[in-house]
Amino acid sequence: MHEAADIEISRRGILVGGAATVALPAVASAEPGRASSVPQPPRMPIRLEVNGESHSLELDTRTTLLDALREHLHLTGTKKGCDHGQCGACTVIVDGRRINSCLTLAVMHDGEAITTIEGLGTPDRLHPMQAAFIKHDGYQCGYCTPGQICSAVAVLDEIKAGIPSHVTEDIIASIRPTNLEMRERMSGNICRCGAYSNIAEAMAEVLGAEVSGAEVSGESA
Amino acid sequence: MRPFTYERATSAQDAAAKAARMPGAKFIAGGTNLLDLMKIEVETPTHLIDVNGLGLDRIGPTADGGLRIGALVRNTDLAADMRVRRDYALLSRALVAGASGQLRNKATTAGNLLQRTRCSYFYDTNQPCNKRKPGSGCAAIAGYSRPLGVIGVSEACIATHPSDMAIAMRALDATVETVKPDGTARAIPIADLHRLPGATPQIETTLEKGEFIVGVTLPRPIGGTHIYHKVRDRASYAFALVSIGAILQKDGSGRIAVGGIAPKPWRVEAAEAEMPRGAKAVSSALLAGAKPTQENAFKLTLVERTLGAVMAQARA
Repeated sequence: MHEAADIEISRRGILVGGAATVALPAVASAEPGRASSVPQPPRMPIRLEVNGESHSLELDTRTTLLDALREHLHLTGTKKGCDHGQCGACTVIVDGRRINSCLTLAVMHDGEAITTIEGLGTPDRLHPMQAAFIKHDGYQCGYCTPGQICSAVAVLDEIKAGIPSHVTEDIIASIRPTNLEMRERMSGNICRCGAYSNIAEAMAEVLGAEVSGAEVSGESA
Repeated sequence: MRPFTYERATSAQDAAAKAARMPGAKFIAGGTNLLDLMKIEVETPTHLIDVNGLGLDRIGPTADGGLRIGALVRNTDLAADMRVRRDYALLSRALVAGASGQLRNKATTAGNLLQRTRCSYFYDTNQPCNKRKPGSGCAAIAGYSRPLGVIGVSEACIATHPSDMAIAMRALDATVETVKPDGTARAIPIADLHRLPGATPQIETTLEKGEFIVGVTLPRPIGGTHIYHKVRDRASYAFALVSIGAILQKDGSGRIAVGGIAPKPWRVEAAEAEMPRGAKAVSSALLAGAKPTQENAFKLTLVERTLGAVMAQARA
């Protein structure tokens, strides 16, 4: 489908080119309009702002943000797990909010600020959450890890912004960033290796470094 | 996914008019349910009308002391709004009981109301399903029906409406505001938005072709103890087997809406008169006429016991 769109077009180019060199007159009489009679899926121009860089693309409208990042911008840190919003491996941060990049169309994000795992830190300058995942063994195979880390970074912002969760006992008061809060808020990120307890510990360490005391503001705009 | 053209609507009426005029057109807001279904070709729109960016993402007071919620307000923002947390806590509680953090960041108020059932036979295009393919039959009734509906269902369909948010809105007597393709406005009590399946389970709401939800209003706060109790197979990120949305007053009166059991948020006002006689009496009245399958008959008991727990929690 759209993942293969670039390949398909180049292959068609080769086939047409090959036929033309072998039997140009026959092709000219028998094949006019052949390429245009195959309905082409609609495409649209789009500008994606990813990790501070602007990219102009023309994409099949069906292209998800996930496929745009991986197949067109070759930012393969963001992973495709279930492709249905159930596993969280594709989590990226758009305008400060974590979302499933598999369940949104690239054309819906023209000009929005997208942060992927590649934009959080680099091997030389790790994001504090990346460093904490390494320190606490927050992964085994690593496939879900980019999504886990993007989600974890956004979760701490959500707690600081006073956004309540299912396990928040008093939704009017300030939110206590407990281990239970971390686990509930991370339930959209599945880890089949089962590194959950270490992920929660990594998050607690980063939160401890960022927030003094156990309580953060419960106010929200 | 089938190919489609895409455009951004310029106003609510523009969106409604385009949706009415163009065959195969659908609105897209958060897209979390629609794209999921488009990938498996249960939904096959040929044109998408993006309704983000119409300025419908605001929450504000109404003239009579209630709250107006724009159709495009994200679930996260609605749950976190301090007015909602303070005066309509049931709504906050129901919202955060649903989906995952990532999904709540995209999912919208109107989209949540209009989401499709999660019946596994609706998703499986190799199976008959009267909702997906009218007249093809229902594989669920004699199949895996454990998560499905026990009341308000029909011989044609036993799918449930999966929303948690809608349960709270039903208990809160919300009103759904729409714009029709000709530009006229309509206010629909939430009780009348979703319809029962009968012989036409593919028709899920009373909305007309192209009619576009612009917002939801809540009447002025009624106080009371707000409880949303969701029973599910895992502690987080799962749909309800049974959920109870309750607003209970000190004098023993209250409102009860039930999720996970019916094709729409299930509330029977007459059953609420039974509150002084306890959970068993209320649930008997709520579930009168229920038609469970062998696999989901446990939900009748579960409603009664969950309601009992909710009423005990309110007294504590």
